[in-house]
Amino acid sequence: MSVDWKPFASHEILVQRAELLKAIRCFFAETGALEVETPILSRAGTTDPQIESFITHLTGREKALYLHTSPEFAMKRLLAAGSPDIYQLCKVFRQGEFGRFHNPEFTLLEWYRLGFDHHALMKEVVDLLKQVAPFATVDGEPQFLSYQDIFLQYTGIDPHQTDTSELSSFARKKNISFPAQMTTVDDWLDLLISCWIAIKLPQDRLTFIYDYPASQASLARLRLEGGSYVAERFEVYYGSLELGNGFHELTDAHEQASRFQQDQSARVLNGQSIIPSDSHLLEALSFGLPPCAGVALGVDRLLMLITGAPHIKDVCTFSIENA
Amino acid sequence: MATYSTNEFKSGLKIMIDGSPCSIVENEFVKPGKGQAFNRVKIRNLKTGRVVEKTFKSGESVEAADVLDTQMEYLYTDGEFWHFMDPKTFEQIAASSEVLVDNAKWLKEQDLCEVTLWNGAPIGVTPPNFVELKVVETDPGLKGDTAQGGTKPATLETGAVVKVPLFIEEGEMLKVDTRTGEYVSRVKA
Repeated sequence: MSVDWKPFASHEILVQRAELLKAIRCFFAETGALEVETPILSRAGTTDPQIESFITHLTGREKALYLHTSPEFAMKRLLAAGSPDIYQLCKVFRQGEFGRFHNPEFTLLEWYRLGFDHHALMKEVVDLLKQVAPFATVDGEPQFLSYQDIFLQYTGIDPHQTDTSELSSFARKKNISFPAQMTTVDDWLDLLISCWIAIKLPQDRLTFIYDYPASQASLARLRLEGGSYVAERFEVYYGSLELGNGFHELTDAHEQASRFQQDQSARVLNGQSIIPSDSHLLEALSFGLPPCAGVALGVDRLLMLITGAPHIKDVCTFSIENA
Repeated sequence: MATYSTNEFKSGLKIMIDGSPCSIVENEFVKPGKGQAFNRVKIRNLKTGRVVEKTFKSGESVEAADVLDTQMEYLYTDGEFWHFMDPKTFEQIAASSEVLVDNAKWLKEQDLCEVTLWNGAPIGVTPPNFVELKVVETDPGLKGDTAQGGTKPATLETGAVVKVPLFIEEGEMLKVDTRTGEYVSRVKA
């Protein structure tokens, strides 16, 4: 079967994309945030074992360059250097991610608010969506649930006090198919949130899930609560579709360095390639990153919801299939 | 041993699951915002036809199934086996009734069928989508019966029984859709 040279998105959807981008810029012009551009090519990439970068080279130089998987590190360096609230609309690249809701190259909206925590930022996500994608807020009132609450509600399991045997017996009891190699508690939590909880979320409203297990902190700061650490981050879903990820940002350089180290150890263990940790980010954090919260939203998925398109390629001019 | 990574998954890909050759029907990539990515896959067991759901960690490798779909000419049956021949190499294979399931009733000598081979042995036979078969037995149609939509059973030369319009008579050639088992049209001799 030959792949068509024509764009996947209809002209109407391209108009809706242009309007969405305009509405997003309008929101930030009104609420006060500076639009910035940061490099797509970088000497360091994400060390996150769950995300793989595209790798390339500058002619004549030996060291690899990485296509950014999110503009996060560069934007934090801007904040440390004194930038006010900033936002960016850009293409990001993730190796190996393609499917109905994934294209390896996609459009991200990322923004940072100084002095915000993740709760304040969740409220602003609602404000933004009200303005740029009214569908998302006219139906049901957005719901806000902690990771612990949502697990208790849908599985009866406390994610902060569980183990692999409790989680695997739940999966067996509910007939949830799972891979042969499930080693960590996080493997099971990820499986259950993707393949059990997310599909049962109310379909007519936004759901915010916040305060993740410390083992899934990524770049969020930790808080001690009820005897266990939780990571101050959130994910936002519309129905079952994950739209974005936000953090009350980690500002401690030592803690950041040790998370890079943990990521690298995990990558070695998994047989993944080692990606250079971003030393410039560590220097910026040592210099001082003001307290802030940041979030990244998938613009293509937002457009899928606005247009009702069934596949991400239907909202792209050309997807990876015919790029 | 050939393997496929989940990155190569697409519908139609043949892989080994629990010792059986399977074909991927549907492949869905799922990933929480941050965290482990999974491929949720619907697969058809090529021996039993059953469709089941399997989940893989993205990046996992799965053994490839040495499965080949090949066009072969149906020769004859000896009652126990159905014999087919590759029209290019003249190589012959024999498939048992377990492999034919209920497809045997559409097989007419010299028709080209799709035979699915696993490690060289047949595991499935798909008859042509349309076959032309003679009616060997059916009740006579009533003269002047113009009732709309009436049907009657007709037995075809291969033993298949299909519902046909009332005007069909014994000895006529019919075109039948083997996927639905439905009468399509008369065939002009």
